[in-house]
Amino acid sequence: MTPQDARRAVAAALTAIVPDADIDGLPDDASLRDELELDSLDFLSFVEQLSTRAQVRIDETDYPELATLGSSVAFVVSRSSGA
Amino acid sequence: MASTRPELDPAQPTAPDYRELVHGFTWDHAREALAGLPGGHGLNIAHEAVDRHVDEGRGDQVAIRCVAADGSMTAVTFAQLRQETSRFAHLLGSLGVRRGESVVSLLGRQHEQYVVCLGTLKAGAVFSPLFSSFGPDPIRERLLRSRASVLVTTESLYRRKIAPQLAELPYLQHIVLIGRHDGADEGADERLIGFDEAMAEQPTEYDVAATEPSDPALLHFTSGTTGLPKGAVHVHDAVVAHRVTAGLALDLHPGDVFWCTADPGWVTGTSYGIVAPLTIGATLVSYAGEFEAAAWYRILADQHVTVWYTAPTALRMLMRYGADLPRSHDLSTLRHVASVGEALNPEVVRWGQEALGLPIHDNWWQTETGAIMVSNYPGMPIRPGSMGRPMPGVQVTTLALGDNGRARVEDGKVTPAGVGESGELAVRAGWPSMFRTYLDDEERYRACFADGWYLSGDLASLDADGYLWFVGRADDVIKSAGHLIGPFEVESALLEHPAVVEAGVIGMPDELAGELVRAYVTVRAGLDADEALRLDLVAFARRRLGGLAPKEILFDEHLPHNSSGKVMRRVLKARALGLPEGDVSTMERVP
Repeated sequence: MTPQDARRAVAAALTAIVPDADIDGLPDDASLRDELELDSLDFLSFVEQLSTRAQVRIDETDYPELATLGSSVAFVVSRSSGA
Repeated sequence: MASTRPELDPAQPTAPDYRELVHGFTWDHAREALAGLPGGHGLNIAHEAVDRHVDEGRGDQVAIRCVAADGSMTAVTFAQLRQETSRFAHLLGSLGVRRGESVVSLLGRQHEQYVVCLGTLKAGAVFSPLFSSFGPDPIRERLLRSRASVLVTTESLYRRKIAPQLAELPYLQHIVLIGRHDGADEGADERLIGFDEAMAEQPTEYDVAATEPSDPALLHFTSGTTGLPKGAVHVHDAVVAHRVTAGLALDLHPGDVFWCTADPGWVTGTSYGIVAPLTIGATLVSYAGEFEAAAWYRILADQHVTVWYTAPTALRMLMRYGADLPRSHDLSTLRHVASVGEALNPEVVRWGQEALGLPIHDNWWQTETGAIMVSNYPGMPIRPGSMGRPMPGVQVTTLALGDNGRARVEDGKVTPAGVGESGELAVRAGWPSMFRTYLDDEERYRACFADGWYLSGDLASLDADGYLWFVGRADDVIKSAGHLIGPFEVESALLEHPAVVEAGVIGMPDELAGELVRAYVTVRAGLDADEALRLDLVAFARRRLGGLAPKEILFDEHLPHNSSGKVMRRVLKARALGLPEGDVSTMERVP
């Protein structure tokens, strides 16, 4: 997956949880949980959405890599190219 | 039935036998462990939690370890805490806050939260914490109910959740802001005060307000089936129950390192996240970050936590990571693990044994009870899936149910439920941490009692050995991830959306959270109930309600109604769960 596709997948997964989230205005290094006020259950929904949309397997141990927009995009890129 | 379930070996075979505990217990005897105000001038929680430790030579002991989200740690000693809480009490005085008035905090798990709580109590005012994940609507509702003139919050929370609705908060006269930057004053509301600057001007010595045991101390908002949240008022005398229950049910002792993962915005985070450990003279760990399995295990290991009090949802999330992760951390200091929030399923209790080498002790209580009422004690065999047995000094029973699904009251009398029979869990009125009223709603308070019993609204069964087993809620209140959510509050917010004409909100069973909030909405005739509208509603509810927002919103053109036209949540739930129509007829008798 290209970084552009990965970003689109992350954005789509986030807006499925927070439909009015301003993803373009979100700094790459900002905490998704803080900025979008995701609680633990929202975060797990985000993981499920992202896994489906990006067609990547996401294990519990990968969760720390989904802390920010930038790290999530990087994770999807690395995981999809390795698959 | 229940009594035949297997028992686990007790973690602490040397702990006192349950029967001995109950036999020798009196509240008056328990009160002897309290210091009381100097000169016999009353009882104040802040004195018990802070000043007495300094008076008794423990000022250098660490009271709080504040662990930031990045893992860095700041230690606060009892001596520091005494000075800071004294400054805050003076600050409240300078702002004109009088005894018995509410002071509201909207803060995260941060150093200042503890200062605000204990400083407020020191001043004889009433501490009312709000969960920082609440959206603007629940915050406004609670602030108005509390009629607080002072709110303490952060710059960021103020900007997002208070400033946009300041005009609708007429009682607020002072908003004390943490993290306020110089130069932010241009055109700012004159009610804003910077926390650091204001605190720096105050003296560090304060004569603790001479409160009586029966004076109000804490105001916790909780949710009911109907109407907006209720403000449960607790008094300073509750501290004896906080202290005793933490010792008996949580095995907490002086010098322990204690981590209560609950946010102080909920009652557990205040009773056991602040008051109980400090009163006992333990060191409390406060973690500012959100749930993350590896980070949590690192805290347990790095802080050498000895007693850990957490929630079923968090434990079930940890279970998903397996047992290798905890085993890769040195958790050798951990001695006792307890859980509260919703029923703890037996699998989690067994997982604790496997992954942590310790069983997990479930217990039960509510906002209204102020402290733990039922517990699996350290010295008692755990029955996995049971909430345990009553606290010493507390009488708990189950009451036979009437047609409306609550305790049956005939001629003012209740009837105990039989062994193994579902009944309403009830506590004999009069324990020290019992709530004393619902703020401005004495009628609703009185309705919680019958025949000398406090009726909890929870259903449970009692087995032949006196262990209690949680069955469910007797009303429509939703328990999600350890938080109590009132359907009415969620429905009210949804009805503010111009497309919505009616809403019904229920809790759907969820393996992680216990229940998830699901909303059914009917939209105005002529509107398309399409995906775009659904997403708009989801966003709207999140903006209004924050952490109380429904996780699922579904369209429903035919919401079930009773004869007076109210949406019948129980019927809605029966439908959602695929229960037969026969159940629906009994549901219709629910008022």
